[in-house]
Amino acid sequence: MGTSLQPRTIAVLGVGRVGTAIARTLLDAGYRVLIAASGDPERIAAIARIVVPGAEPRRASDAVAEADLVVLSIPLHRVSGLDPVEFIDKVVVDGMNYWPPVDGVIEQFEDAPQGTSAVVQGLLPGAHVVKTFNHTGYHDLEPDRRPADAPDRLALAIAGDSADAVLAVARLVDRIGYDPVIIGALAEGIALQPGGAVFGARMDAEQMADALGVRKPDSQVA
Amino acid sequence: MELGIYSFAERLSDPHTGATLSPQERVKEVLEEIELADQVGLDVYGLGEHHREDFVASSPALLLAAAAARTKNVRLSSAVTVLSSADPVRVFEDFSTLDLISGGRAEIMVGRGSFVESFPLFGFDLADYDELFDEKLDLLLALNENERITWTGNHRPALTDQPVHPRPAQRELPVWVGVGGTPGSAMRAGRLGLPIALGIIGGDVRRFGPLLDLYKEEYDRAGHDRSAMKISVNAHGFVADTSQKALDMVAPYTAHAMQQFLRLPATSLPSEAHYRQEQESLAGALVAGTPEQVAEKILFQRDTFGLDRFLLQFSVGTVPHREVMRSIELLGTEVAPLVRAESRPGAAFGAAAVRSAA
Repeated sequence: MGTSLQPRTIAVLGVGRVGTAIARTLLDAGYRVLIAASGDPERIAAIARIVVPGAEPRRASDAVAEADLVVLSIPLHRVSGLDPVEFIDKVVVDGMNYWPPVDGVIEQFEDAPQGTSAVVQGLLPGAHVVKTFNHTGYHDLEPDRRPADAPDRLALAIAGDSADAVLAVARLVDRIGYDPVIIGALAEGIALQPGGAVFGARMDAEQMADALGVRKPDSQVA
Repeated sequence: MELGIYSFAERLSDPHTGATLSPQERVKEVLEEIELADQVGLDVYGLGEHHREDFVASSPALLLAAAAARTKNVRLSSAVTVLSSADPVRVFEDFSTLDLISGGRAEIMVGRGSFVESFPLFGFDLADYDELFDEKLDLLLALNENERITWTGNHRPALTDQPVHPRPAQRELPVWVGVGGTPGSAMRAGRLGLPIALGIIGGDVRRFGPLLDLYKEEYDRAGHDRSAMKISVNAHGFVADTSQKALDMVAPYTAHAMQQFLRLPATSLPSEAHYRQEQESLAGALVAGTPEQVAEKILFQRDTFGLDRFLLQFSVGTVPHREVMRSIELLGTEVAPLVRAESRPGAAFGAAAVRSAA
C-alpha cells in the first residue's frame, strides 16, 4: 500500500447526503479531497463548489487512480458496477449500509453472514476494505466532531482485515475528530450494521469498546 | 409566509401503554386533525404515502378528498407522493379531482419518501429510481400543461394525443419537490423551476443553506422566473403549553418510531437530553416547545433561508389524538399570529423581536 498509510489525497465516491458530509470533514482535517459521482465530473461541479467547497470533482476512475484512499458512499447496488481492477491495493472505506426498508432488497447483500462489507470486499477483491462511518448519522457526523483532548469526544468503530489499512483509517478518524475504536476483522463490522450493537450509537471510546467487547482504545493506536 | 402541518398517519403502538389504534380509528383521527387545522386557519395540510401495516395513508388523495369535503380554506397536499412507483396519469387525475372537490386547494409534493415498499408492490426496480423519477416527473408536468398528451418514455406505455380529465380548478396543480438533503435532488428541483420542500429533521438547520444555494443557482441557470420561486422547510416538532410537555410528546414517541423503522438497538436510541438540546438550540432542527419557542425557531429559519412556507410534522410516532389536537390549536391560534405579525411589511425584522418579547 506504500503511501496509503499516510493518505494525503482521498477520493469520495458518491455525492449524496453521506458522501458530501464525509468529504467536508476530510477537507476540514486538511486532506485533499476528490469527489465523484457516476459520469461526467462537470455534472457535480456545482455540488463541489457550493456544498463541498474545496473538493475537486473528478470522473470516478480518475479520482480512484489519483487517491491514496477511497471512501465509498454510493448506493450499495452500484458497487457491483465498479471496476475491481481500479481498486487493486487501494484502502477502501466502506461507509455504506444495507437497509432493505429504505434501500430495497439487493440479492447480493441478502445473504451476508460475514456482514455487508465482506460482500463489498468480495466485489473488490484487490482492495483493503475497512468498515467505518456507516454506524453514525450523516447529520451527526459534522457537529459531533471534537478535538483530540475534548472530554466529550465520541468514537467511531473500525473493522478490517488488513492491519495497515485499519491503522491508516484509524489515524484518519482521529484526525477528523473522533476516537478510533478498532474492533477487529472486517466480519466483526456486523456490529456496526443496522440491528448491530453500535448502529446509530453516539458513544465515547470507552463506552463503545465496552459495547463491542474490545480492548480500551488507549492501547490500540500507537 | 404560509404555515402548516403534515403527517405520515402512522399507526404505531404507544410507547407508554403499548396500545395500537385500529386503521379505522386512526383514519378518523387524521380527518379530525385536518378539519381542526382548517378551523384554526393553518394554510396547508400534507399527508405522506406509505404502504405499510403501521401507516394508514397508502392513498393520500383519498383521505385528502374526505378532508376536502369537511374543510374550507386549508390547502391539501401529499407529503410526499412516491412518484417513481406511481402512474403519473393516475396521480394527476386523483389530485385534479381533489382540486375540484376542494375548490382549488390541491397540491402534489413529489419525492422519494422514507421507505421503498411501493417499488416491489407496483413492480418497479429501486435501482432505476433516478430514471423513474425524472421520467415520471416529466410526464406529470406535461399533463399539468397539456389537456391532450403525447409522450414517450421507458417505464410506461407511450401516450398519443390522449385527453386526460378532469382538468383541475386551478390553472395548474402546484407540484413541489420534496428534498431530503441530497444535493442532486435540490439541483433537479431548481433545474425544473419547481418549488422545493426541504426536509430538515436533524442537526443544525444552517447546514442546509448550501443546498438552497445550489437550488437557486440551478433555478437561475435554467432561466426560470425568480418571482415564482418557492421554498418550504418541512420539520419535526410539536407545540404544547410548556416546553417540557412538548418534549414529552416528542422524545419517547420519536425514539419509539426510530426503533420501529430503523432497527436501532435500545442503546442507540436518542436520549431525552439529545432532543432537549435540539429543542433549546435556536438552530436545532427540532421545532418543539411553547408557542413562543416554536414561533422563534420558525422565524429563525425563515430569516436564514428566506422561506415561503413552513410545515411541521405532527406527529412522529402516534402521539395521543387529544395532544395532537391541542398542538394544532396552539399552532393556529398562538404560533401563527406571532409568525404572521413578523411577516407583515414594516414589522420588526426577524426572530429578534419575538426573542425580546419573550
